[in-house]
Amino acid sequence: MTLAVFFGCAFIAFGPAFALFVFTIARDPLRVIILIAGAFFWLLSLLLSSLVWFIAIKASNSQDLTLQKGLLIFGVFFSVLLQEVFRFAYYRLLRKATEGLAAISDDDGSAISVRQMAYVAGLGFGIMSGAFSMINILSDSLGPGTVGIFGDSQYYFITAALMTLALTLLHTFWGVVFFEGCEKSQWWVIAAVVSLHLLFAGLSLLNPLYEGSLPPVYFITLTMGIWAFFSSGGSLHSLSALCTRRKAEGESS
Amino acid sequence: MNTSDSEEDSYNERSALVQCESPTIPSYNQDHDVSLPQQTDTKRRRPVSSGLDEPGPVERERASTPDGEEEELTLKYGAKHVIMLFIPVTLCMVVVVATIKSVSFYTEKSSQRLIYTPFEEDPNSVGQRLLNSFLNTIVMISVIVFMTIILVVLYKYRCYKVIHGWLILSSLMLLFWFSFMYLGEVFKTYNVAMDYPTLVMIIWNFGVVGMICIHWKGPLRLQQAYLIVISALMALIFIKYLPEWSAWVILGAISIYDLIAVLCPKGPLRMLVETAQERNEPIFPALIYSSAMVWMVGMADSSNPGSADGRRRNEGGARAQEEEESEDDAAHGRRRRYSAEEDLEEDRGVKLGLGDFIFYSVLVGKAAATGGDWNTTLACFVAILIGLCLTLLLLAIFKKALPALPISITFGLVFYFSTDNLVRPFMDSLAAHQYYI
Repeated sequence: MTLAVFFGCAFIAFGPAFALFVFTIARDPLRVIILIAGAFFWLLSLLLSSLVWFIAIKASNSQDLTLQKGLLIFGVFFSVLLQEVFRFAYYRLLRKATEGLAAISDDDGSAISVRQMAYVAGLGFGIMSGAFSMINILSDSLGPGTVGIFGDSQYYFITAALMTLALTLLHTFWGVVFFEGCEKSQWWVIAAVVSLHLLFAGLSLLNPLYEGSLPPVYFITLTMGIWAFFSSGGSLHSLSALCTRRKAEGESS
Repeated sequence: MNTSDSEEDSYNERSALVQCESPTIPSYNQDHDVSLPQQTDTKRRRPVSSGLDEPGPVERERASTPDGEEEELTLKYGAKHVIMLFIPVTLCMVVVVATIKSVSFYTEKSSQRLIYTPFEEDPNSVGQRLLNSFLNTIVMISVIVFMTIILVVLYKYRCYKVIHGWLILSSLMLLFWFSFMYLGEVFKTYNVAMDYPTLVMIIWNFGVVGMICIHWKGPLRLQQAYLIVISALMALIFIKYLPEWSAWVILGAISIYDLIAVLCPKGPLRMLVETAQERNEPIFPALIYSSAMVWMVGMADSSNPGSADGRRRNEGGARAQEEEESEDDAAHGRRRRYSAEEDLEEDRGVKLGLGDFIFYSVLVGKAAATGGDWNTTLACFVAILIGLCLTLLLLAIFKKALPALPISITFGLVFYFSTDNLVRPFMDSLAAHQYYI
C-alpha cells in the first residue's frame, strides 16, 4: 500500500463531495453551518444506533459467531432507519428555524430556500457518513501491509472508496428528494427513500461479492440523481438551456 | 517540569466568547447593566472621540433605532461571525492533531508532571487513579481560581504595569521557549539537520515579530496566525503533561468553572468585565482572538491590537500567566459591537478568548492521541464546532459575555466517550465485513 493508493482512494471517495463543498457551500456561511449541523445530526443517529447494537452485543453470547453476525446485520438496518428518522428531525428543525435563518443570513433578504437547505443537509449527511466509513481505512492504507493476505479480496480499498462515493452522493440526493417529499407531504416519496436506503445497506451485505453490490449501487445512485434533479425543479429544458446557452445551473435547484 | 509557571499563566485567562456588539442593537433580554446610550458607532467614533470612551460597555452604546431594525442588524452578522470563528478554531485543531499524529514527543508519557497535577496516576488501581485525578483537578482549578482572583485584584487596584509585565512574560515564554521546543521535536521527527545559528535566527525572528504583532500593532491576519500558533503550542504542552484521566476531569471542571466565573454575579470574570466597563477601558490585547477588521488594528488610542470588542474571557485557571495575559484580555472582553456604517462593512467581529482555543484543541488532541481512531477525532471536532455555533447563537440572543467552554466541551466529552466506546466497535465490525450503513 502506498501513497498512490491513499491519494487515489481519498480522491475517489471524497473528490466530488469536496468539489461540491468548495463550489457551492464554502462561500455562504449559512450553508456551512447547515452542513455541519447536518453532519452532527447524522453523528447523533450513529451514536444511538451504536448504543443499541452495543447493548445487544453485550447481552448476547459473544462466542456465537452467527448470532454476532446477525446482530450486526440488525445493527445495520436499525442504523439506516435511525438515520432517516434523524433526517426527518433535521427537516423539522430547519423548517422551524427558517425565519431565524433568514434573519441571520448576510445579504439583505436572501433567505435560504428549503431546496437549498435540502441539498446542503443531504451533503452534510453524506460527507459525515462517508468520512466515518472511509477515514480509518485511508489511514491504514498509508501504512505497510498486504491487502487480502488472509484470503480476502485484494480490491478492498478501491471498492471501499467507490462505495463511499456512492454513499455520499446518495445521501445528497436522498436529502433533496426527502425534503421535497416532506414539503409536499408525499409520504410515498419518504417511504421510497427509506426503502432505497435499506436496499443500499442490503446490497452492501453482499460484499465481498462486488459484482453484486457495486453495479446495482451505482445504478441506484444514477436513478436517485435523476430523480433529485427533477424533484428540485430541473427539467430537460433547463438542461438543454445549459448546453446551448451556457446558462448557470443555479435555477434548477 | 518547570514549564508550569508559564502554563499556569496561560490557563489563567481563558477567554470567554465575546461578541462585538453593535451599538444599535436593542437588548433583547435586558438583565444587565446595559444602558442604552445614543452613541452608535463605537468603532467609527473611536478615532474621533478619545478612543477609550467606550471600552467595556459597548453594550451600553446602542443607538436608539427601532427594534426590528436592530434585530436585523444583530442577526445579520451572525452567520458570518460563526464562520469567522470556525476557521481559526479548525486551524488550531488541525495544527494540534497534525502534530500529535506525527511528532511522537507529545504523546510520550514522561515521568515529569506539572506541579499543578502533583498526584500520580497509578494505572493499576482504578479507584486510586480516579481519586488522584480528582485531586489533581482540585489542585489545578484552585490554582486557576487563585490566579484569576489575583488578576481581578490587580486590575481593580489599577496595577496595570504588573499585568502588562505578566502578559509580556507569558508571551515571551510561549513564543520563544515553547516554539523552540516544538521546532526541535519536529526536526527530530523528520531527521532534519539544523545548526544553531540558523535556529537562533528563525526563533528570534519568529518571536520578535510575534511579540510585536500580539502586543502592539501588526497586520490582523498575522496577529490571528500568531494567536492560533500560541494556542496550539499551549494545547500541546497540556496534552503532553497532563496525566490521562486528570486531563478529562480537568476539562469538565474547567467548563463548569467557566460557567460560574462568567455568569455568576460575584464571578471573577464577570467582575473583571464589569470593572472594565465602568472604567470604559479596553481589555488587554493579546489574550483574545479577534475576527474584526484590519482597520481596527493599530488604533493608536487603544492598546488593543484587536478591536476592543467585547471579549469574554474566561479566566481559566492559572495557566501560564504569560499566556494568560492574552487570555485575560480575552476574558475582559465584553461584547462590543460596533455599528457598521454603510460604507464600511466588516467592522464587527466576534472575539474568542485564547483559553477557549486551547481547551478545544486539548480535547481534540487528546482524542487523536489516545488510540488510532480518526472517527473519534472527527466526532469531537464536529461536536465542538456545533457547541461553538450554539454558543454564538446564545450570544446573539443574550448579547452579553458568555462562556464559550461549557457547551462545546460538554458535547466534545460526550461524543469522545461515546464514539470511543460505542461507535468504534460498531464501525470496526462494519468495516471488517464491508457493510455500509
